[in-house]
Amino acid sequence: MKLLIDNARLLDPAQGVDRNTRIYIQKDMVVALDEAPEGFEPQRHIDAAGRLVIPGLVDLAARMREPGEEHKATIASETRAAASAGITTLCCPPDTGPPVDSPAEVELITRRAKQACGVRVHALGALTAGLGGEQLSEMAALKRAGVLGVSQALKPMASHLLLRRAMEYAASHELTVFLHPIDWSLNARGCVHEGPVGTRLGLPGIPEAAETAALGMILALSEQTGARVHLCRLSTTRAARLVARARVDGLPVSADVAAHQLFLTDMDVADFNTLCHVIPPLRSQRDRDGLRQAVAEGAVSAICSDHQPHEVDSKLAPFPETRPGISALETLLPLTLRLVEEGVLSLAEAIRRVTSNPAGILGLPVGTLAPGHRADLCIVDLDTPYTPEPGNWISQGRNSPFFGWEFRGRVTHTLVAGRVIHEQVSD
Amino acid sequence: MSSAADAPRLVSAPGPLPASLQFNEEGRLRHLLSIEGLSRELITEILDTAESFASMNAQSVKKVPLLRGKTVVNLFFEASTRTRTTFELAAKRLSADVLNINISASATVKGESLLDTLRNLEAMYVDMFVVRHEASGAAHFIARHVAPHVSVLNAGDGRHAHPTQALLDMFTIRRHKGDFGALRVAIVGDILHSRVARSQIHALNILNTGEIRVIAPQSLLPAHVESLGVHVYNDIRAGLRDVDVVIMLRLQRERMEAGLLPSEHEFFQLYGLTQERLALAKPKCLVMHPGPANRGVEIDSRVADGPQSVILEQVTYGIAVRMAVMSMIMGGSVNP
Repeated sequence: MKLLIDNARLLDPAQGVDRNTRIYIQKDMVVALDEAPEGFEPQRHIDAAGRLVIPGLVDLAARMREPGEEHKATIASETRAAASAGITTLCCPPDTGPPVDSPAEVELITRRAKQACGVRVHALGALTAGLGGEQLSEMAALKRAGVLGVSQALKPMASHLLLRRAMEYAASHELTVFLHPIDWSLNARGCVHEGPVGTRLGLPGIPEAAETAALGMILALSEQTGARVHLCRLSTTRAARLVARARVDGLPVSADVAAHQLFLTDMDVADFNTLCHVIPPLRSQRDRDGLRQAVAEGAVSAICSDHQPHEVDSKLAPFPETRPGISALETLLPLTLRLVEEGVLSLAEAIRRVTSNPAGILGLPVGTLAPGHRADLCIVDLDTPYTPEPGNWISQGRNSPFFGWEFRGRVTHTLVAGRVIHEQVSD
Repeated sequence: MSSAADAPRLVSAPGPLPASLQFNEEGRLRHLLSIEGLSRELITEILDTAESFASMNAQSVKKVPLLRGKTVVNLFFEASTRTRTTFELAAKRLSADVLNINISASATVKGESLLDTLRNLEAMYVDMFVVRHEASGAAHFIARHVAPHVSVLNAGDGRHAHPTQALLDMFTIRRHKGDFGALRVAIVGDILHSRVARSQIHALNILNTGEIRVIAPQSLLPAHVESLGVHVYNDIRAGLRDVDVVIMLRLQRERMEAGLLPSEHEFFQLYGLTQERLALAKPKCLVMHPGPANRGVEIDSRVADGPQSVILEQVTYGIAVRMAVMSMIMGGSVNP
């Protein structure tokens, strides 16, 4: 298959490219820009006039709920949602049922992803057996099966000693350790940020120190062990500053933030809105602003969806009894583009944080459209308004607090390996 | 490519605020979920209505036909004898039919969801749910999902709110002290876990109370408690000086197990209300307690049974105040 994308404004931050060009795709690769390779006769032609072509988005954290919770979502349903939102690669945390702690689960996920719409699905392996936090997982076997790193997801470790051992073991297999900086004993049974809103609502609070104390310990162990650590879903300004300092000091650490943390605060919980129940919790306006700054300055280098689809019943209960999480694949790009509208980031820097930066964290050769790279890309019409609502939502999980928000920018095409896996029917 | 300037404005997610959820289209009280959002006028109207019921409760015939034909369901997901009994009496004195359902012992243990329980009861054409639940926000959740003909009265949700308790406390204070503007009120003890304290603080603020103090060790105070509009004291001697009303809160044993306090003994040593400490307050300082009191833990028996104590009056007035709220929500006319 030979494909030509014509009249495109190609924005590829990894190459430093932002210009109008033609993109020539052959088989699964970008083979040339600007000038056609010799004898290139396209079988398909996409006119991208007035639209933007960017590398396909790489999402560091998206739960597919398969295996184990298929009543919430499946790999098939969620990769369709991802494709519609311009996401071409996504990474699943290991907290499925059973957890991804052996090659069997990795193979199952890989197989289901192959049968689905074409979005690349990668799994993280469990750091400990069954995510129990007590015994190391067979990381070498997991690596051979194809995991991109290991993670304890949202489960506690039995001790700091075991975390140290796990990090050492992962380091000797050159596996990145993906850790949520959450001290579960300080987290206690909290469900909102510990602050004035939580106090008024009488909801048990999660103190800032639940994040900073855990982070301090992880950074110390990273320095001690030399393990490469990726810090998942920061929620406080102080944590972002600690990460910035650690990076200046040369520690091999990176960090991401969930897109919703850059827009919502604990005020959004003020009417017991269970759609805003997330872990880590939505924090203060000051934290939101500090996270935005850390994203702009680069200490937090990736923005992810932290997609957690739920069935309706999971959110239909008194606030503390609901399951945390937001169905977020379809708002990752809209929220990222809104950061540009609100002056937080340039368009190129915003796109970098959802493409080449997360690709680098995962060690994947995606997130750029330089010739010789895989043709994973999406075409975006930046002028089309988009308002998510039940009628145009694709994910099986409808638990989004962003229904009714007015965004600008719509993905019209998504390609994985040169194949069109999503094409918006013009309405 | 569009510029940032003409970008659409950020639109907040939809969903009613607690204040609006409590009222119907005509601005009348439809549910009572929280003191927050009530006006000074409405609280005064509730207290005035309760006055007339209070005098009626002292008579030999204690029943009025205001809510004849109405059905009230006491839906208690958390055990409580005293509160449930006063709600039951209040409803019966208004001639309503009353059903007591103790959920912890029935449906939820069988895996029935809260919403399913509600739908089943609604289908029996009940008019009001009086709800107590261990989760903060439970009453709001139920109010948001009940059928249009059903009202919800919050009888305590988690640490969030216990509005009728706060109203009966305001009723008691008003009877003895009149105007709130000149009063200093101190609330002592486990503020962190107390829905009663939160509702009292809101009510006292709405009624423009002169000064509201909370007295407790830091481990029993919620984060940023001063944002509720109170002055914080860690020392009871400083905190009780010149107050007109002292409200003691119940201290539960679990607090010691959770590492919030070393022992009941030390708590009483530091925060227990004794005659000697009460002497630091104004001479006619009222002593209040939402009950049941732990004698020798938060309050000395001589104070609990002393001349300044209005603890039993609070129980008595609880019935009148609950009658007032029920009749205002369900009945057309509010005067008995």
